[in-house]
Amino acid sequence: MSLRNYFHSLEPHFEKGGKYEKYYPLFEMVETIFFTSNTVTKVAPHARSFVDMKRVMTYVVISTIPCILWALYNTGLQTNSVLATMSVEAQSGWRITLLQLTGLGIDPDSLISNVFHGLLYFLPIYLTTLIAGGICEVTFATIRGHEVNEGFLVSSMLFALTLPASTPLWQVALGIAFGVVVGKEVFGGTGKNFLNPALTGRAFLYFAYPAYMSGDSIWTPVDGYSGATSLGIAAAEGYESLSNYGITWADAFLGTIQGSLGETSTLACAIGLVFLLLTKIANYRMVIGCLLGMIIFSSFLNWVGSDTNPMFSMPWYWHLVIGSYAFGLVFMVTEPVSGSHTNLGRYIYGALIGFMVVMIRVLNPAFPEGMMLAILFGNIFAPLIDHFVVMANIKRRAKFNVQTQ
Amino acid sequence: MEGLISLAVKAIFVENLALSFFLGMCTFIAVSKKISTAIGLGISVMIVQSITVPANNIILSYLLKPGALAWAGFPDIDLTFLGLISYIGVIAALVQILEMILDKYFPPLYNALGIFLPLITVNCAILGGSLFMVERDYNFSEATTYGIASGFGWALAIATMAGVREKLKYSDIPDGLQGLGITFITAGLMAMAFMCFSGVKL
Repeated sequence: MSLRNYFHSLEPHFEKGGKYEKYYPLFEMVETIFFTSNTVTKVAPHARSFVDMKRVMTYVVISTIPCILWALYNTGLQTNSVLATMSVEAQSGWRITLLQLTGLGIDPDSLISNVFHGLLYFLPIYLTTLIAGGICEVTFATIRGHEVNEGFLVSSMLFALTLPASTPLWQVALGIAFGVVVGKEVFGGTGKNFLNPALTGRAFLYFAYPAYMSGDSIWTPVDGYSGATSLGIAAAEGYESLSNYGITWADAFLGTIQGSLGETSTLACAIGLVFLLLTKIANYRMVIGCLLGMIIFSSFLNWVGSDTNPMFSMPWYWHLVIGSYAFGLVFMVTEPVSGSHTNLGRYIYGALIGFMVVMIRVLNPAFPEGMMLAILFGNIFAPLIDHFVVMANIKRRAKFNVQTQ
Repeated sequence: MEGLISLAVKAIFVENLALSFFLGMCTFIAVSKKISTAIGLGISVMIVQSITVPANNIILSYLLKPGALAWAGFPDIDLTFLGLISYIGVIAALVQILEMILDKYFPPLYNALGIFLPLITVNCAILGGSLFMVERDYNFSEATTYGIASGFGWALAIATMAGVREKLKYSDIPDGLQGLGITFITAGLMAMAFMCFSGVKL
């Protein structure tokens, strides 16, 4: 019996009146992993397109692949490079035992050892995200009778990639549960939220457990090792001194620096961005707006200058490559649900985020990184921006009508 | 001048009355269903705030403070215990005047605001503004700046909230959470987004 027929034979049990009617969302979830749904829009207006929600979300997941691969490599690379300088006794833990058992060893020069070590960090975090978030999502879907949407795959992937490698797994579970439930499901599921669910979860963790989520010792998961992120260094001593720590602009662009799992590489994000723009999932207006906002405001601050705050002098091309600016720009700013919906609004929305990120990084000493909070801030202003754009449109057209009469 | 600008920015964003002190929540939640009404209320609060805070500042520094009555020949009298009641009195009187003006010149806004206009009198954001002015020892120009800016911050918050709530009309909110419940959650999430300003030193 083919898989298609197998699903067909199961389907009556899950449909209205069937034995497992309540679990239809679960059935639908598994079925749509293998097959395209054959439900079509029944009421007008109709638009014929192959780009449905499933395809959109799958494209976004595909676009994160460069970031995932880089996350695996770089996490392993950072961990291995630190471990290699330490004594043999310091090298303990199940990951290291496993690495030695497989004969890969701890070798920062070996690609396979790095990727494998990174995988041992990324996989538990990602699996926890999927399981904890999945339970919340499926529970809501079952009780409220909506579909388990592929949007969850995107949120969970983005959430996992924004975490530092040393995050305890219970926090991972808590964060994604908060993101899925409070960020999305209480509003009715995918497409009905006003904040980005992945960011809601991430910000919740950041504010609830600041000791675990900020500081210098969390970025490389080695006990007793502390190394500041490039943003931390830049905030403390100025971006010029990054070269003293062996970080050049090219390093930061490529991503061989410390940071959250998938956020270090601007290059990987750029590849994802190209894919998203080509498939028209991401709207280029938001990207342009966000870049312009960041470039103009950071240049303005360069021009103003400050004797006490070294961040003032950081040029825009450094803002671009360090921290999570690139990751947020590509995957979070361009998110269509929580952003602005009007074309002019998208430029303004992007520019607001670009402005806010520089503002937080430079002017707010409490937070070294501002992308996450800037995007949340943009999210809450997006509907208001839309409102004003629409109002301006109405006014303009009303005027036009009067003139032609 | 620089000090006043930083005071204004601080009052609008860092110490936003609605989203970091959660003051004026009743009106904030009740009148944020429509953007146009919310903006109207926001402007009224801003006007009331920018009149009452400086007015109360004058009362404080020329009538109530220890030694304030020196101009009348009573340098030893301290009337600060009358503070609360005089601030409330000023606020109530001003709101009454504002209400009459709105009724006469902007009837649609007057009708839309309904009961919440008189309620500005007991809006804790307004009294809060005056009390912060006392506590922080603002002089007259600072008090004026603070009044306008904190009112604007509150107006900004309620306009944003109304925007979000208009968007949420298309959401599918569980039965138990509809109305107030989701609004509280929304206000909390918005406050989280406003946390990006906490810690800004100006």
